[in-house]
Amino acid sequence: MGDYVRQMPEASADLARRPQLSQRLHVDFVLLLLLSVLSLFGLVVLYSASGQEMGVVVRQGRYLVLGFIAMLVAAQIDLQRYRRLTPLGYLVGLVMLVMVIVAGADAKGAQRWLSLGGFRFQPSEIMKLLVPMSVAWFLSARVLPPRLWHVFAGLGLLGVPAALVILQPDLGTALLIAMSGLFALFMSGLGWRYILGAIALTIASAWPAWLFLLHDYQRQRILTLLNPESDKLGAGWNIIQSKTAIGSGGWSGKGWLNGTQSQLDFLPESHTDFIIAVLAEEFGLRGVLVLLAIYLLILLRGLWIGLRAQDSFSRLVAGSITLTFFVYIFVNMGMVSGLLPVVGVPLPLVSAGGTSLVTLLAGFGVLMAISTQRRLVV
Amino acid sequence: MRKSQLIPISPWRLPLMAIVISLLFCLLLWKLLSLQVMNSDRGSEFLRDQGEARYLRNAVIPAYRGLISDRRGEPLAVSAPVVSLWADPARLAASERVAELAVLIDLSESQLREKLERYANKRFMYLQRRMSPERARPVLDAKFPGVGSDREYRRYYPAGEVAAHVVGLTNIDGKGIEGLELSYDQHLASQSGRKQVIKDRHGNVVRDVGELRAPVFGRDLTLSIDLRLQYLAHRELHTAIKLTGARAGSVVTMDSRTGEVLALANFPFYNPNNLRGVEPGQRRNRALIDAFEPGSTMKPVAVAAALHSGKFSPQTLIDTAPGRIQVGRKVLHDPVNYGEIDLARVVVKSSQVGMVKVALALDAQAVWQMYRGFGFGVHPGTGFPGESSGVLPYREKWRPIERATLAYGHGLTATPLQLAQAYSVFANAGRRVSPSLLRLEPEDVVSERVLSRPLAAQMLEILEGVTADIGTGKRARVAGYRVGGKTGTAHKASAGGYSDNRYLALFVGVAPISDPRLVTVVLLDEPAGDRYHGGEVAAPVFSRVMAGALRLLNIVPDQITHQIAAAEAV
Repeated sequence: MGDYVRQMPEASADLARRPQLSQRLHVDFVLLLLLSVLSLFGLVVLYSASGQEMGVVVRQGRYLVLGFIAMLVAAQIDLQRYRRLTPLGYLVGLVMLVMVIVAGADAKGAQRWLSLGGFRFQPSEIMKLLVPMSVAWFLSARVLPPRLWHVFAGLGLLGVPAALVILQPDLGTALLIAMSGLFALFMSGLGWRYILGAIALTIASAWPAWLFLLHDYQRQRILTLLNPESDKLGAGWNIIQSKTAIGSGGWSGKGWLNGTQSQLDFLPESHTDFIIAVLAEEFGLRGVLVLLAIYLLILLRGLWIGLRAQDSFSRLVAGSITLTFFVYIFVNMGMVSGLLPVVGVPLPLVSAGGTSLVTLLAGFGVLMAISTQRRLVV
Repeated sequence: MRKSQLIPISPWRLPLMAIVISLLFCLLLWKLLSLQVMNSDRGSEFLRDQGEARYLRNAVIPAYRGLISDRRGEPLAVSAPVVSLWADPARLAASERVAELAVLIDLSESQLREKLERYANKRFMYLQRRMSPERARPVLDAKFPGVGSDREYRRYYPAGEVAAHVVGLTNIDGKGIEGLELSYDQHLASQSGRKQVIKDRHGNVVRDVGELRAPVFGRDLTLSIDLRLQYLAHRELHTAIKLTGARAGSVVTMDSRTGEVLALANFPFYNPNNLRGVEPGQRRNRALIDAFEPGSTMKPVAVAAALHSGKFSPQTLIDTAPGRIQVGRKVLHDPVNYGEIDLARVVVKSSQVGMVKVALALDAQAVWQMYRGFGFGVHPGTGFPGESSGVLPYREKWRPIERATLAYGHGLTATPLQLAQAYSVFANAGRRVSPSLLRLEPEDVVSERVLSRPLAAQMLEILEGVTADIGTGKRARVAGYRVGGKTGTAHKASAGGYSDNRYLALFVGVAPISDPRLVTVVLLDEPAGDRYHGGEVAAPVFSRVMAGALRLLNIVPDQITHQIAAAEAV
């Protein structure tokens, strides 16, 4: 009996049971609940942060609905199909990135949007999903942990789109794309030698990068982080204002719609990248803790799904999607609270967004697919 | 075992990441804690203060100065709300609506751009100060970026030049600097309040938080002036100045029962709403400030002293032959030899010789005392800044020439207001009233007995004789009313003696004689040409001013002439 049980694959134990509702519908209810709560909370904050403009909220709501639909649809698609379609998607994504550079629409001096039949979207956002999937697709077909040339091939897969996005120029998104690919590499069991070596190389190349790669405004942002008071009215303004807003919220906040810094327009970009400052001012530390708790639960759920994934492709994809999500949160909140330099990264599912909302939720759809599509694999 | 074959990658990296994620969340949490609740250096308390400093501002609550009105409530000085438009040059220059704004504030686009250029490194500049709210409204409604407004009050004088001398002026800060605006500054002044407001980043006030200091509004001031009479006096004076070519002039009309000044006009005048190019001479209230030798208008006062002494009655005969008299080294003339005439006729004909003879017969100290009682050499006490008391010299021993000259109005000075006050004694049954520029309640009227009632009545009779056909002041008559008064023509004093060809033409009179209500003084300074006698140039002005004033005040005519009776019969 004991032997029998030991030989019984876990998957077949699942099969032996009556399939749960979540498995039949391909919906991870824990994730769905957490994401819904987060999105609704986000809409409430957004209403206040946009200066009580219903238009912004409606627009956000429309993208959220679109995103949730994309998520539920993505959850239905067979994992094997994902795996087969990944290379094609990746190539299409690359073509679109090139098209953005050739014929993209301008916004604040950067070309990020692509119009396709009257529908404007950011291909770079889609790449945040496609790059980790491509790296996972490539590595999961190899012997793991990967050999050196596999690692370089993976780096190439993530490096090309990242470089194209830098050309737009959009450093923040490029970094996120690169990070998402690196997470897949890391998850594949990349040896610590490589990891430590890469870190050493990064630090060594920081100085030349500072001199030759970074734009003036990017250098300014890092300097500003180190000493925001040095340029109060210029580059330091954003960070001083956001810290002031956060600080003046205290423990319990000033109440919804009563945040002075945000409502009186002192806080720049209040409904996009700096929305957490509005939340912190109006809902206080309590509100921030609730938000952090929701985020943490989503992240842990994502990692759990990765842990329970049944093949390397799924595990790599689940892990890197989750970690990319974390990078969003950490970079955004770190930036607003003055821990990190100012990089244009929105607070996921709370900041006003368009394409990013849809791709983020579509990513969670992939996670749901991994979570609910369990089969006997021999 | 099997599982590891299925997924041949190290599974512990995911839990490791879970730990790393949690640790980084703790880092974020610590940062937020230090910003929001911990009281470290530049921690939550500092940031909260910083936050308040961003939006809490002290703002001024403007308070307006008291209203000055005439006795009937017509406004003479009002504080009208005005709007000062300002801009943040950086924000305005960056907008594409500079041209649009320029049109609305009456500047050319290049002028406005030039101004923006000049203030390029400032955060504040005035676009237009003290605009009328109606003109500022469209600019504010258009919501130009960086453009805001402040509310202020601007002093405005609805009667303009007509009442300018009495009312006076305030400076740009709303402080009285001239006239009654200055005398009653404390009464009229307001004190702006302070309040805390919440302003957004663009400087717009979002909400009032609370009042720090309540504004104190100025109290109103009601003048004795009757604007209708004031217009009349102003107009008639102006006309007379044009006709006679006089260089200056004054008209004062006073209520003889209360001392309230109903009209006070001067030439030259100025427009208090536009001080550009105004010279100091135009701003002087001559009727209160400039003292001059009253000339023959002084004679009735001297005659009153004579009657008061008991040595004379109106019928006392005085021999003025041969039409000249020597006093000391000086010889004084009458125009013609009047022969032996009574005291009343001395006044009616304004006989120099007769007057001198009377004066020399009187006790000098008693005469001086009488003049004093009429208000000469004493401040009238209106409180008007720079108000003159004139000069009434006092001597221990009076030489004959000094006694003589005082009697015909030389060697002493008085202002037109003082003359009006002096004649109020005759009009007011012997009681001198203190002049007032503010409207008085009956109980506030101050008067002092100077002459006995019968004596005052005798004086009125004498004064009425001056406007009779044989008198010097017949041009002062007013149809329908009995009028009395006295002409005056004084040589102007100049360096080294009296000038031969520069005169002051005067008429001071009272009406109606049967129940006097008004005293009016008309002074014309240096009428040009041959006509310079008070009876020729000043009396007609008096007549027109009085005629209008008596009718405006609904004073019952006391002399129904045949013409009027005939006109009414038709």
